[in-house]
Amino acid sequence: MRFFRKKKAMPDGVFVKCGGCGEMVYQKKVEERLQVCPECNYHFPIGAWDRVRYHTDEGTFEEMDKGLRSADPLEFVAEKAYVDQIASDLEKTGLNEAVLCGTCGVEGREVVFIAMDFAFRGGSMGCVVGEKVTRAAELSCRQGLPLVSVSCSGGARMQEGALSLMQMAKSCAALHRLHEKGIPYVSIMAHPTTGGVTASWSSLGDVIMAEPGALIGFAGPRVIEQTIKQKLPEGFQTAEFLLEHGFLDMIVERKDIKSTVAKLLDYLAPLSSG
Amino acid sequence: MRRKARRGQPGYEFEAGAVELDGQIEELREETDQEEQEKEHFAARIEALEEQRDRLLAEIVENLTPYQHVKLARHPLRPQSADYIPQVFDDFIELHGDRRFGDDKAIITGLARLEGHRVVLIAQQKGRDTHEKLERNFGMPNPEGYRKALAKMALAEKFALPVVSFIDTPGAAPAVEAEERGQGMAIAENICRMSGLRTPIVILVTGEGCSGGALGIGVGDRFAMLENAYYSVISPEGCAAILWRDSEKADQAAASLKLTAGDMLELGVVDEIIEEPLGGAHRDPKQTAANIRAYLKAKLEELRAIPIEQLLEERYQRYRTLGTHART
Ligand SMILES: [Zn+2]
Repeated sequence: MRFFRKKKAMPDGVFVKCGGCGEMVYQKKVEERLQVCPECNYHFPIGAWDRVRYHTDEGTFEEMDKGLRSADPLEFVAEKAYVDQIASDLEKTGLNEAVLCGTCGVEGREVVFIAMDFAFRGGSMGCVVGEKVTRAAELSCRQGLPLVSVSCSGGARMQEGALSLMQMAKSCAALHRLHEKGIPYVSIMAHPTTGGVTASWSSLGDVIMAEPGALIGFAGPRVIEQTIKQKLPEGFQTAEFLLEHGFLDMIVERKDIKSTVAKLLDYLAPLSSG
Repeated sequence: MRRKARRGQPGYEFEAGAVELDGQIEELREETDQEEQEKEHFAARIEALEEQRDRLLAEIVENLTPYQHVKLARHPLRPQSADYIPQVFDDFIELHGDRRFGDDKAIITGLARLEGHRVVLIAQQKGRDTHEKLERNFGMPNPEGYRKALAKMALAEKFALPVVSFIDTPGAAPAVEAEERGQGMAIAENICRMSGLRTPIVILVTGEGCSGGALGIGVGDRFAMLENAYYSVISPEGCAAILWRDSEKADQAAASLKLTAGDMLELGVVDEIIEEPLGGAHRDPKQTAANIRAYLKAKLEELRAIPIEQLLEERYQRYRTLGTHART
C-alpha cells in the first residue's frame, strides 16, 4: 500500500504525464516552455490566466466585467442542478465564468483580450460568455482597439438553452460592427474549439491561427462517429487538418503567439497619424 | 377500409384517440354518399363525432408535454417548406447552388412573390419519403447549404428584396465532409452577415429549429414560430445523452431545455407565435399555410416602412438584449 502511494505521489508536482507522447516529463521543463512538452511539442491545455501570462505584457491586463455570473435563466436541473455545477466550478477555477476579458498590451500594442477557460463548464458559451465577448467587441469598436481572442470551448452551454444560441447571434452582430469599422480581430483557436464557439465569433477573425494539434470543428468527433458509424480518419479536425483545408491562416506554437500577434497587428492596425 | 388506412397512418400514441374518431367520421361520410335518404341523420351523427373529436384534440393539445411538442414538430405528416411554398406564395422561382461547390438540397432558395411583396426565400426542407429524405439529407445542411443561402441573401441585399427564412432542421450535418468544408465557419459567416444584411429579414420556425444549424439561416428582424414548432440549442435526445448519460431521458431534457414556442416567447427569443389548426399543422395544412401567409404579409408591410439604418439598429438591439446574468 505504502509502495503504491509513494510511486503515485512522486510524479505529482515533479513529473507530469504528457498527453502527446505519454512520457513522464519534468514539470519544470514543461512550465519553462509555456506548458509544452519538451519531448514531443504537445501543447498542454492551459487556463485563461495562463493565456494572459503567456500572450500579454506583464502587469498590463485590466480585467473587465469580472463580476458577471450565470443567472441560471432556465433553472436547469439534469442529473445535477446547474447552479451547483456553477458553484463548484467557481470554487475549482477561481473564475466567475468560462471567459476572461480585459485590456492589455501585446508587445506594447494596446488591445482588447479575450481568453476562454476550458476548466469552467468545458468552456461552454452561455449568456455570460456571450455578454462578455460582446462587451469586449463593443469596447474594441468604441475605442478602436484591436481585438485578440483565445478560444477553447465545448460549444454552446446546454443548460441555458436557446439563450445560449442567441449569444452566438449577439456576439457575431458585435463583430460585424467591428469588421465594418475596419478594426482588426485576431482569433487564436486552442484545443478544443468546437460547436457554438466555432460556429460564431472565434471563426470571424481577420486572421485565424491555431495552436499545433488543437481540435477544431463544429460537430464533436464522437457525434460524427456515432452518426456515420465509422472510425474517423487520423488527424481529422486537427489544426493541421484545418490548415490543409484552407480554414486557418497559420498554426503558431504557443511561445510564438505573442510576437506573431504583435507583428500581425502592425500590418492590420490603422497607421496612427501621430 | 378507409378506417384501416387512417389507423395505419403514421402518427403518435397521444393523438390516437383523435385519429380513431377521424376514421369513424370518414366512414360515416362514405356511407352518407351511398344512402341519399338518410343524409340528415348521418349529418347529425357526423357533427356529433366531430365535436367529440375536437374536444378530445383540445384536451390533447392542452396537456401536451414538451417532448410531445417536439414530436408534433417532427410529425411524419407535418407540412414541410415544399408544401408551404405554393400555398403561401403566389409565385416561386427556385434558384440553385452556392456558386462555389454544389447545390445543397437541404435548403431550398429562390425568388417568391406574396401579393405586392417580392422576396428571397430561404427554406430548410427535410424530405417526405425515403428518397427525398436522403436527397435532402434529412434537412441537415452542409456548408454549401449555408453558403447557398448566403449567396441568395447577398442577391436580396443587392436588389433590396426582403428575406424570408423558413427553419426546419434537426441540426447542421455532423459529417466528415461537412467538417472538411468548414461547417462551423460557414454558419459563423452567415450569422455575422445576417446581423448586418441591409434588407429586412423575417424568420419563421415551421418545425424543428435545432442548434447552430437553425441559427445559420435564422438571424433577422422578426422571428416567429408555428405553435408546435420547437427551438433549441440541442436536440432533447442529444442533451439527454450528455447531461443524463441516457438518451431515453429525452422527455426530461425537453422539459428542462424550455424549447416550446411558448417558452421562446417568454424568453424573448421569438416575438410571435403563429397558431396552428387544432391538433397540429398536419391536421389542416391549408389553414396553416394561410396563417403563415397572413403573418408574412403583415410583417413585410411593417418592415417596408422602417428606414434601413433604423432597422439595422433595432436588429442589433434585438439580439443585444437577449440573455441574463447576475453579479457577484
Ligand atoms: Zn510529449
